[in-house]
Amino acid sequence: MAAAEGRVSAGAPAEAVPVLVIEPGRRLAAVRLNELWQYRELLYFLVWRDIKVRYKQTVLGAAWAILQPLATAVVFTLFFGRLAGIGSDGLPYPLFSYAGLLVWTFFAQGLAQSSASVVGSANLITKVYFPRLVIPLAAVLSGLLDLAVATPLLGVMMAYYGIWPGAGILVLPLVLLLALLAATGVGLWLAALNVEYRDVRYVVPFLVQLWLFVTPVIYPASVVAPHLEKLGVPGWALGLNPMAGVVEGFRWATLGRTAAPISLILASTIVAIALCVTGALYFRSVERSFADVV
Amino acid sequence: MSAPAIRVSGLGKRYRIGERVRYKSLRESLSNAVTRTFRGGRRTEETIWALKDVSFEVAPGEVVGVIGRNGAGKSTLLKILSRITEPTEGRVELHGRVGSLLEVGTGFHLELTGRENIYLNGAILGMKRAEIDRKFDEIVAFAEIERFLDTPVKHYSTGMYLRLAFAVAAHLEPEILLVDEVLAVGDAEFQKKCLGKMGDVARGGRTVVFVSHDELAIRRLCSRSVVLEGGTILFVGLTEDAFSRYRASRHDPAFSVDLRTVATPVARITNAQLLLGGHSTTEFVAGQQPDLVVTAEVCERTYVSLEVLVRDENSRPLLFCPLGLSGCGQYDLAPGVYRFKVQLLLPQLASGRYSLDLILAEANVRFLDYVEQALVFVLAATALPATGWVFRQTRGQGAVLLDVVSSAPPEHVSALPTGLLRGPL
Repeated sequence: MAAAEGRVSAGAPAEAVPVLVIEPGRRLAAVRLNELWQYRELLYFLVWRDIKVRYKQTVLGAAWAILQPLATAVVFTLFFGRLAGIGSDGLPYPLFSYAGLLVWTFFAQGLAQSSASVVGSANLITKVYFPRLVIPLAAVLSGLLDLAVATPLLGVMMAYYGIWPGAGILVLPLVLLLALLAATGVGLWLAALNVEYRDVRYVVPFLVQLWLFVTPVIYPASVVAPHLEKLGVPGWALGLNPMAGVVEGFRWATLGRTAAPISLILASTIVAIALCVTGALYFRSVERSFADVV
Repeated sequence: MSAPAIRVSGLGKRYRIGERVRYKSLRESLSNAVTRTFRGGRRTEETIWALKDVSFEVAPGEVVGVIGRNGAGKSTLLKILSRITEPTEGRVELHGRVGSLLEVGTGFHLELTGRENIYLNGAILGMKRAEIDRKFDEIVAFAEIERFLDTPVKHYSTGMYLRLAFAVAAHLEPEILLVDEVLAVGDAEFQKKCLGKMGDVARGGRTVVFVSHDELAIRRLCSRSVVLEGGTILFVGLTEDAFSRYRASRHDPAFSVDLRTVATPVARITNAQLLLGGHSTTEFVAGQQPDLVVTAEVCERTYVSLEVLVRDENSRPLLFCPLGLSGCGQYDLAPGVYRFKVQLLLPQLASGRYSLDLILAEANVRFLDYVEQALVFVLAATALPATGWVFRQTRGQGAVLLDVVSSAPPEHVSALPTGLLRGPL
């Protein structure tokens, strides 16, 4: 076998040397959160890159983050609020729809960005190792800045309409966490599927559009719940769509007019967590072939 | 003997043919699932093993080269070691923190400035933020881009871009470093600088696996090398021997016109081969005298002679045979196809690889067709019968053994004056 073996290294480290074993993967993959934690700085840098590049490349920069939900809210107000006369839980319709659209836009952007993220990072994936989960996570997280940029306008509108948040505002971070979970869960599924099935690219815009209509953004959940109950379905069933809980929860936390939609939020939370866990597991189980397929 | 830093055992990687380039569409998957159900679940898939039964060990602090032709499995091996792709079978143990460098500038973003890219690229290569902070000035100095630190890299020249990219990568400090071909970029000056830095890295006690086509780089950096061929290990051992084995395996039996340096419409070589006992071959042992058969197409009536140039494995001209000029091989040929056949009376050559330039010429007037390295042959290692010594091209003592006539013992002329007697050196 080998000729010149047995050369000793200069200064072998005294502490335990990390041992890495590479073997063919088993069918079921673990999520390996500890490894993800080790790479938190990479996650930070990728989020930072996404934000930086997006704001550098566009003329309007941060203004896009406000313009998107605002323009949509104006159109919704005209057509659904005025012409169709859709209810808004006693809130001014512009405020009602802008609040809903804020979190909805975060979710929709999250899906769009994360579903394309892994394929778009092919140059990284084929050249260097890191936990691949970092990529869709960074894509979803970078949307938080847009959300933060667009939120002050909600405050301005609330001041204009003289509506002040109640105690519900304290729960706002939890509602935002739920939004993050929902976007991440669905985003992980789409990102992994997109690598194997490039059809996903076409499915996402369509999916987002349909999803908007089944989520109480244009209309309040209170309009739909009675119809469901008439069919013998409990009102919280609407929360099986995780975004229903997010949108209703966000409106309640910021505008605080209705009673707390607790059962709705609970149902959404369970579904969002389930999506996240299964999404991460599915992602992990197919990621080993990413470098070969991308 | 210390425990190895890298232990690779029985490693294999199988690709489905086409898998690397194609992804599935949903429709295809669905229709496949349907057909599979109706055909009793039998799947016939064509697969290839990009890597098979690969085992070797690397000691801590050792710098090992990986050589082989394109498609020999070098990149696949490196991708498995750096965890980019999973093996199909086998096992790898890596003792120490691993860093891999499969290209320079991975993840560089053109819109970001030099400063920003240093942090981004560093993080992607696995450096901690504090580590990058610490080495920042060093990286900038190495890349020589101080003045352009806050300019987006899209405005950089190619040279600046590569210098910066390599500078970040060169400051990676894992215990095990996996490097692929990164030196194959930039101008000669830059390559020299990179090679120098790689040498520092290699001497710094780190374990390095280095894949490259650059023979000089491998020879300078690596004491031992692994030769891969067709996905399996051909040889593991001293770099010098590895290159001999690699060369010997690299001959291409086919006649090649890739290096046609002169072409005229008058005449051209269409085929050539070396024959031994009537059979086409490219491997000889010392003492064999192969026939060279060259087929040529003459399109205009002209004087034609065949000339042959033998080159050594570094492509240096070694033996020249101008048949026309030696007075025995110039012919007045009408248009048509002709076959030249000559026997090569090779002198005593060192073992190794040789190539043949084939030339059609109007003797001493002009070249009609000139094909460099049209044929390649390998001379197997043969020991000199008297001593068992093997003359190899790699020794750097030329390629032709000079024969001498006298082998009488040295004649005793006179005794040395006593005062000058010296002891054994």
